[in-house]
Amino acid sequence: MSKLSNLTRGIIRENPVLVLVLGTCPTLAVSTQASNAVGMGLAATFVLVCSNIVISALRNIIPDKVRIPCYIVLIAGFVTVVQMVLEAYAYSLFKALGIYLPLIVVNCIILGRAEMFANKNRVIDSALDGLGMGIGFTLTLLVMASIREILGGGTWFGMPIPWLRDNGISVLTMAPGGFIVFGCLIALVNKIMDRKRNPKDKGYCVGCPSADTCSKFGMGGEING
Amino acid sequence: MVKLISVLMAAVLVNNYVLRQFLGICPFLGVSKDLKSATGMSIAVIFVMCLATAVTWCIHMYLLVPRGMEYLQTVVFILVIAALVQLVEIALKKNIPALYRALGVYLPLITTNCAVLGVTIANLDRGYGFAESMVNALGSGLGFFLAMVIFSGVRYRTETSEPPKPFEGLPLTLISASILSLSFFGFNGIVENLFGG
Repeated sequence: MSKLSNLTRGIIRENPVLVLVLGTCPTLAVSTQASNAVGMGLAATFVLVCSNIVISALRNIIPDKVRIPCYIVLIAGFVTVVQMVLEAYAYSLFKALGIYLPLIVVNCIILGRAEMFANKNRVIDSALDGLGMGIGFTLTLLVMASIREILGGGTWFGMPIPWLRDNGISVLTMAPGGFIVFGCLIALVNKIMDRKRNPKDKGYCVGCPSADTCSKFGMGGEING
Repeated sequence: MVKLISVLMAAVLVNNYVLRQFLGICPFLGVSKDLKSATGMSIAVIFVMCLATAVTWCIHMYLLVPRGMEYLQTVVFILVIAALVQLVEIALKKNIPALYRALGVYLPLITTNCAVLGVTIANLDRGYGFAESMVNALGSGLGFFLAMVIFSGVRYRTETSEPPKPFEGLPLTLISASILSLSFFGFNGIVENLFGG
């Protein structure tokens, strides 16, 4: 049961994008087309699972003081693997993701899960946690990209949709559309879950690896405040 | 010279890092609550962006390319940026305590800021030379500064407003950011018009 909850937690209850609000940059940037969103989601999932496994396996070896640089190097290594594989076998996706592919390194979902989960838990749990979070990330990206691509461009995975093709709201595929769709989705999740937040709750920053530094200086931790 | 000015204008206004390319969204949403921390964060970002670009450009051109190791770009860059931020922090603390008190807080947060890594990689992707890279880094930092300062003014208003319950907090902030981003569309084509291309 607990193993299953490690997997499912990331998909809905602790959805990394909509509930923990991590990884906003790639979410907004690559969700213009459903196919790019799925590619980005799968790439990040691969890095997340691999880095969670390795970090969890090495959790007793890595000295506490230098753990963050160690995690970053490990993550960067896996990102490089993904970059090389995509460049060789899926060049069009590699081109479409562009700069956002190497930027998976600084995606806070990955560092956040390493810091919050993988360095405290066993390998198998960490792998499931990474997989669940990755699926949650991919699904959210897919939903956002579908909304933007269908309403904005009148296509879905590149397939034209008859009436919408000529009546797209093109601003949705551009930058402002990303912000507005993301804002409305979070509002929708708030409405559905009717989350009652404790005023002392650190709000949206709980999953962020920088949250401690921020809150020490009275910043961040209060996006919701 | 004209080329450099057009790179600068494009980086600040047209391809604004936060509002058009979605880089550095976390500090944009998290630290824009008041003008003072927004300014401090932005100055630290400008500083680190320029420094990181200067160092990574040289490392890429003089270390990685001659040895055919461009594939190590991501790993090397993030390490260099992390080390650089640490060094700057130590150096400021020792030598210029006043500046450290103003910026020190923001430095640790910058290591994992995607705008910094983004600008160093983008410079090389576009094949910029050293001068253009530096100007692009400066422009991207200034663009971040502009967006942060404008947005802290917007936040000041939205914080005191009363939206429908589900929109409280982050959703309202994001929708305000959307409108700000839309207003930056007004700068489209400005570089082509001023510099002919």
